[in-house]
Amino acid sequence: MVFTDIVFYVLAAILLFSGIRVITTRNPVHAALFLVLAFFTAAGIWLLLEAEFLAIALILVYVGAVMVLFLFVVMMLDINLDKLREGFWEYLPMAGLIGLLMVVEMTMVLAEKNLHPTQAVELPANYSNTAALGKVLYTDYLLPFELAAVVLLVAMIAAIVLTLRERKDNKSMNPAEQVKVKRNDRLRIVSMPAEVEAPAQTAEEKK
Amino acid sequence: MVGLSHYLILGALMFAISVIGIFLNRKNVIILLMAIELMLLAVNLNFVAFSHYLNDIGGQVFVFFILTVAAAESAIGLAILVVLFRNLHTINVDDLDQLKG
Repeated sequence: MVFTDIVFYVLAAILLFSGIRVITTRNPVHAALFLVLAFFTAAGIWLLLEAEFLAIALILVYVGAVMVLFLFVVMMLDINLDKLREGFWEYLPMAGLIGLLMVVEMTMVLAEKNLHPTQAVELPANYSNTAALGKVLYTDYLLPFELAAVVLLVAMIAAIVLTLRERKDNKSMNPAEQVKVKRNDRLRIVSMPAEVEAPAQTAEEKK
Repeated sequence: MVGLSHYLILGALMFAISVIGIFLNRKNVIILLMAIELMLLAVNLNFVAFSHYLNDIGGQVFVFFILTVAAAESAIGLAILVVLFRNLHTINVDDLDQLKG
């Protein structure tokens, strides 16, 4: 057994453990943190598969952004856990049966004897995964790459629009309303008789 | 010696775990979203494994796009969740019967 095999089995065990904890733990915050562990371990497995760029991207995008978003939302909501956990294990027999069937079927299909390339091609030592990925991404997959950017833009706008709401203490102005204002809306000229100045009293007359 | 099938079976196990998670957490929308993320991770693991063993970079490009779409999906999903909680004060799937379906 070589060193990478041991690393694979350790990482796989951590990944499966954290996956099981994500779906069974009671507190959603713990579930989110175990999901962070699962993504981190998956990034390690991807490093074993020599997909360095994607491993780093997984950590940056998921652990850095998506999971923070999850934690943010979980902590913002005030959830009644007791009601959500009611009858939690009720469906376990059926769910376990379906999961087991899926694993058994896929294991039968994906067994070593059915797969032709069981050994990876040895890549040269100066091979750069990021450079290779970038070269393909900006040539063959340029249009999908740009579409992915549009998808992200749409998602950003959608998330903002969905959660946008008018606050009661909002002091923002409507520029159109401001531009539309005429002089007569703000200023009223009233005509009134001219004031006549009273004759000035001298100090001596007062006495 | 760890080969392609080991990675694929690990992906299958992760996928099965998240399917079981969707059955168990059928009332909690947040954990449902997390189970979907786990599913996408399992699929991505398969893509990366095939990409490595078939020496084809195309698989990693697909993982890149799946990551993009998954990030967009979770952002919109969580935004919907926040709006839902603001309007109904619950995230219990059983209470989401506004459409009278």
